[in-house]
Amino acid sequence: MEQDLRELYQEVILDHGKHPRNHRHPPDANHEARGYNPLCGDQVTVYLSTDEAGKITDAAFEGHGCAISIASASMMTEILLGKTQAEARQLFDDFHRLCTEADFSLEAAATADKDALDRLQVLAGVREFPVRVKCATLAWHAMASALNGGEDATTE
Amino acid sequence: MTAASTLAEIAAGSNSTLAFDVDRVREDFPILKQEVYGKPLVYLDSGASAQKPQVVIDTMREIQETCYANVHRGAYYFSQHLTERYEGVRETVARFLNAGSESEIVFTRNVTEAINLVAHSFGNRLSAGDEVIITEMEHHANIVPWQLLRERIGITLKVVPVADDGSFRMDAYEAMLGPRTKLVAMTHISNVLGTVLPMKEIIRLAHAAGALVLVDGAQAAVHGKVDVRDLDADFYGFTGHKLYGPTAIGVLYGKAELLKDMPPFMGGGDMIRSVSFEETVYADPPHRFEAGTPPIVEAIGLGAAIDYVQAIGHEAIAAHEAGLLAYATERLQQIEGLTIYGTAKEKAAIVSFALDGIHPHDIGTIIDREGVAIRVGHHCAQPLMERFGLPATARASFGLYNTRAEVDALARALEKVKELFG
Repeated sequence: MEQDLRELYQEVILDHGKHPRNHRHPPDANHEARGYNPLCGDQVTVYLSTDEAGKITDAAFEGHGCAISIASASMMTEILLGKTQAEARQLFDDFHRLCTEADFSLEAAATADKDALDRLQVLAGVREFPVRVKCATLAWHAMASALNGGEDATTE
Repeated sequence: MTAASTLAEIAAGSNSTLAFDVDRVREDFPILKQEVYGKPLVYLDSGASAQKPQVVIDTMREIQETCYANVHRGAYYFSQHLTERYEGVRETVARFLNAGSESEIVFTRNVTEAINLVAHSFGNRLSAGDEVIITEMEHHANIVPWQLLRERIGITLKVVPVADDGSFRMDAYEAMLGPRTKLVAMTHISNVLGTVLPMKEIIRLAHAAGALVLVDGAQAAVHGKVDVRDLDADFYGFTGHKLYGPTAIGVLYGKAELLKDMPPFMGGGDMIRSVSFEETVYADPPHRFEAGTPPIVEAIGLGAAIDYVQAIGHEAIAAHEAGLLAYATERLQQIEGLTIYGTAKEKAAIVSFALDGIHPHDIGTIIDREGVAIRVGHHCAQPLMERFGLPATARASFGLYNTRAEVDALARALEKVKELFG
């Protein structure tokens, strides 16, 4: 099996893909949005709860998709906890660069939470599979949409 | 050109499978010598678009290198020469479909355009409450144009459900036919399930109810002989690029007496007899439906593709593909956790499947690295995916150049997917 594939489908990703965390619909979520990838039909709905200070107190998702999109959604829900909305958007920005820019390094990231980005590095294997970048970022697009008012996000 | 004549010699006087030599056929398709990630290309996505034989590539190149010009308007040699060749393809297509006349052959971009043409030029004259019947296994190309027609004039769209094994529900269809049924628009072969619909009977029943029938032949024109007069189809569409020909050229067959009374679809040059600002007189069919400069080179390329396929022979191709389908079905069923969707008795060489716990998109990515090209996704048939409760499937679709060894390569690649996912 090729190295590229091994890197794309690391144990962590397969684990999150098969056993996604926070795969539920919290009744008290105050932000939600659906993310849809028309190319493959993958679909996730992201639910966020924020407190008065704007911090994310709960993050969850529902939906179906490939191992990459589900693992990414699962990891995202864990990582967003305790982040402010601005921090969440910043993290998405860095994550997007991580998935698309070959020479992107943690040092170049703007986010304060380098550990979170470090955890997300397992998804950087999509760089070698350009059509799969949309899978890795689907839930993140939905998260940004949810914070912006809940319009559906598509990867187109 | 030599490739086609060689095949013609092999096939001369015989359409038996003995005359079909897949290794020689493969020699005609230069792309099959390509490697992907260092592995031989195993192309199992002909249902999406088929590869092109040398004779098609050469024909299109020859035109552009030696005699290209616009058609229907030149007083000079090249234009007249190419007009003859372009119009000659109409005769080739008419023979291919056993149409009564080449004036029943309208060139379109693809089946999508053929269906939209009928939805406008025929459909716009329907009334609110008139019924159009489709099936649950249609490609979006045979769903959306009717929904647009529904928005325009308020027709009722009825959908014949598909049986669990993917076969056509004749009982449900019969029950749907009624006095308001004006058009039955159905695929001849499902692009997802491979099901071959009993089209002759479908058409007989529609006609008995006073309705016309439009057949989406995108897949069917490739896998077997289509005889529009034997079927008694009113409209029949197929596309060049799935038939080993170029993209951007398709065909709508329409019965002469129907086309004669239909208004144009698009307006422009080439579809008129005379134009003034007060009044325009339209050309007769088929040119009435062909506005603007047509895809000249592509049409002639399609002619070359049809000649190529006919030189090999439908029966030989069908027999070869039936063998591949049987082998692929058997081989894939041996893979634990693999489910095949679409097991109708009458079936073309299209195999949709799912692997337990592994999303089709992941399958596609992993086997691509083994050189195996398949389609993964909803196949432009989302309602059908919904029917089977699937977000997507993986689909291997076979063409005349595929081999049993390639089926084995697919099966081995799928085992690797399972290995990776543990």
